[in-house]
Amino acid sequence: MNQHSLLFQSMVYLAAAIVFVPLAKKMGLGAVLGYLIAGVIIGPSVMGFIGKEGEDIMHFAEFGVVMMLFLIGMELEPTLLWRLRTSILGLGGLQVLGSAAAIAGLAYLLGQPFNASLALGMILSLSSTAIVLQTLNEKGWMGTAAGQSAFSVLLFQDIAVIPMLAIFPLLASGAANTADLHESSLRDNLPAWGQTLVVLGAVASIIIAGRYLVNPLMRIIARTRVRELFTAMALLMVVAIAVLMNLVGLSSALGAFLGGVVLANSEYRHELESDIEPFKGLLLGLFFIAVGASIDFTLIMEEPLLIFGLVLGLMLIKAAVLMILGKVFKLSTDQNLLFAFALADIGEFAFVLLAFSNQVRLIDARLSAMLTAIVAISMALTPLIMLLYEKVVQPRFTRQIPKQDERSSDEIHEKNPVIIAGFGRFGSMTGRFLRANGIKCTILDMDSDRVDALHNLGIKVYYGDASRYDLLAAAGAADAKLLIVATDQYEQTRQIVELAQKYFPHLQLLVRAQQVEDSFELMDLGVLHIYRETVDTSLRMGADALRMLGARAYHSERAARTFFRQDERTLKGLSATRDDKKQYLISMRERIEEMEKLIASDRIKTWLDEGQGWDPESVRDEVRGEAES
Amino acid sequence: MARVLINFAHPALEKSRVHKQLLATIRGIKGITINDLYEWYPDLDIDVAREQQLLEKHDIILLQHPFYWYSAPAIIKQWLDLVLEHGWAYGHTGKALQGKYFGNVISAGSSERNYQPEGIHQYPVHQFLLPYSQTAALCNMQYAAPYVIYGVHRMDIEDIRTAAEQYRHMLELLRDDKIDPAALPRLTYMNEALQLPSQTRSI
Repeated sequence: MNQHSLLFQSMVYLAAAIVFVPLAKKMGLGAVLGYLIAGVIIGPSVMGFIGKEGEDIMHFAEFGVVMMLFLIGMELEPTLLWRLRTSILGLGGLQVLGSAAAIAGLAYLLGQPFNASLALGMILSLSSTAIVLQTLNEKGWMGTAAGQSAFSVLLFQDIAVIPMLAIFPLLASGAANTADLHESSLRDNLPAWGQTLVVLGAVASIIIAGRYLVNPLMRIIARTRVRELFTAMALLMVVAIAVLMNLVGLSSALGAFLGGVVLANSEYRHELESDIEPFKGLLLGLFFIAVGASIDFTLIMEEPLLIFGLVLGLMLIKAAVLMILGKVFKLSTDQNLLFAFALADIGEFAFVLLAFSNQVRLIDARLSAMLTAIVAISMALTPLIMLLYEKVVQPRFTRQIPKQDERSSDEIHEKNPVIIAGFGRFGSMTGRFLRANGIKCTILDMDSDRVDALHNLGIKVYYGDASRYDLLAAAGAADAKLLIVATDQYEQTRQIVELAQKYFPHLQLLVRAQQVEDSFELMDLGVLHIYRETVDTSLRMGADALRMLGARAYHSERAARTFFRQDERTLKGLSATRDDKKQYLISMRERIEEMEKLIASDRIKTWLDEGQGWDPESVRDEVRGEAES
Repeated sequence: MARVLINFAHPALEKSRVHKQLLATIRGIKGITINDLYEWYPDLDIDVAREQQLLEKHDIILLQHPFYWYSAPAIIKQWLDLVLEHGWAYGHTGKALQGKYFGNVISAGSSERNYQPEGIHQYPVHQFLLPYSQTAALCNMQYAAPYVIYGVHRMDIEDIRTAAEQYRHMLELLRDDKIDPAALPRLTYMNEALQLPSQTRSI
């Protein structure tokens, strides 16, 4: 069988993903690292299933990045850009300028020509949108101050690639630019200014087509009401942009990003987004695999010290610039560290730009290959660095709580009967309710940004991880009566519950659960008061729906409550059998039948068995019986 | 030993002076079950099966509540509507409560004088309680004379404590069969059971 057939390749990629991603997840490494490891294993350096050494295997895989950038572009509504304008321009602009200047200066000192140094500075100032966003999302850090800042910076970088691509031919002016091209493009025989013109022209044509061609086309397709045509259209658009960009020798990722931006205001935006989303994840995985596979181990073996030294040096420079900026933009220390850790890597656009600058003879092939390896290594390191941050750096900052206490020492001795862990959308509602009723609560939250915001509102919130013993103790767990656990991440919820049960067994636990599985696990842990976060609202919605359909309000309310009671009972029953898969399915089926029967009988009798007292048929029967006899 | 069930209803017990004290005084006494309805059913969604089981297990059923608008708080009405089901509490086959005693324990703001033809309420408490005595009759129960604590608006904490102690004493006598419940329907007020000479009040 031909090892390079498309099907065989697909099989290898998919199999690698399916084997390594769950393994990585199990080991707590995250999906991105799983993909990268998979790439290393199947790549030319280890098993050699995909790609020959030195071969460009990024080519096809880049499509995942293309998709992602298309979607990111689509996120860029003018309102969002306007809202983030300070951080995008300020933070993003300064990051690119600062890092580029520092790196270019270093390159120049190390003996690179001036123009090449400039190009290197720009290339290496970029960070990996794909890996950083994916990792931040995975860890639930997107909403934090650092996450938002990182997003702004990444946005600026993505946009900054456009002028860079336009500038590079100018920097390379004088050098011949037709030799050694892997593919021919329309731009080949043009002078430098002509190339710049072509780049700008391609960008303009995407904008114009997006504006005036796509919407009418979408309308026609929408009218056919064939759902998959929409998906086809979405894919076609991305592919077409990619092809067009390749044709003029530009990055297809960049083109897709632009296309997305143009479509951000399209009325079909959400449809396009949801159609492409599933492809994005998989193709992005493919891209990560390719990054892993493209790490050239022979090259690394040749000069391991130089390469790892450069990786370390570059990341340190970038992190230093980021730290300074974070300070200037008033990020708290822990958020600033996360910000710097996350963006210290070098991004996928570097592959594109390196290839491009190699084409235009800005930098030579060997340096380009070495830098490709450096970029790939730095990308692979990012998830590890984030893991390091999560396990080592972040916990250190939660220790600061007692210090915070010292600062406002008058309140250390305040002993509140209630401790709330997690003050997000769920916990804050409970907390506000209790406050309104004159109950004092000690609130713990992990999001320092939110903590600061609440401080400004005059609400006392302690920053810190409630799954740490010292913190819970500092919060007064020994004297409190209730511990309300309303954290967003279940893993943390479980840790807090176990900790409280072990060290503060007198505390009554009220625990928020998101998934049914979470509820089961909490039941196993012996938690008596479990609150499935959406159950009450869903049922209220259901009751309102009943009412709108003509049922009386009181009937609807009671129906919802009856359903709730039944559902809670069902949950407990299911929990008992869930370890036995077969028995679980049987009882699940039984419960559903039971519930349906109950509802059916409800429809017939106008009300459930209870509540018979209100209008008993039996009285009428008896009275009629008496009259006859 | 008689088993006494107190179905208690006060929608704002935290504000109550009298019932809070009464409840505190009688809570935890052996043989006397306090069933705090608003505590069990804050949403008025009464568990009929549970309530019927409780009734079946007791001999004397007392509704303890403030005398709101010449009647009881809303949940008592809800309870009557739902729990005393046809075929169970009344009707040809409804004999579950047969032979039990049923009565009200109420606190009234005004003095007894005001529940007279010349008083502001014009009618005696017994007339307002007619629905309860007839409910008992329909369910084949004996309606015991009401236990009434009059004039609670004017009572100070000492008066309330004394009233609570008397109430507890009365309940204990009932529980220990020192008062023959069959005598209760013949009284004007259940309070009088305490004044009965001991030989007439026991069997």
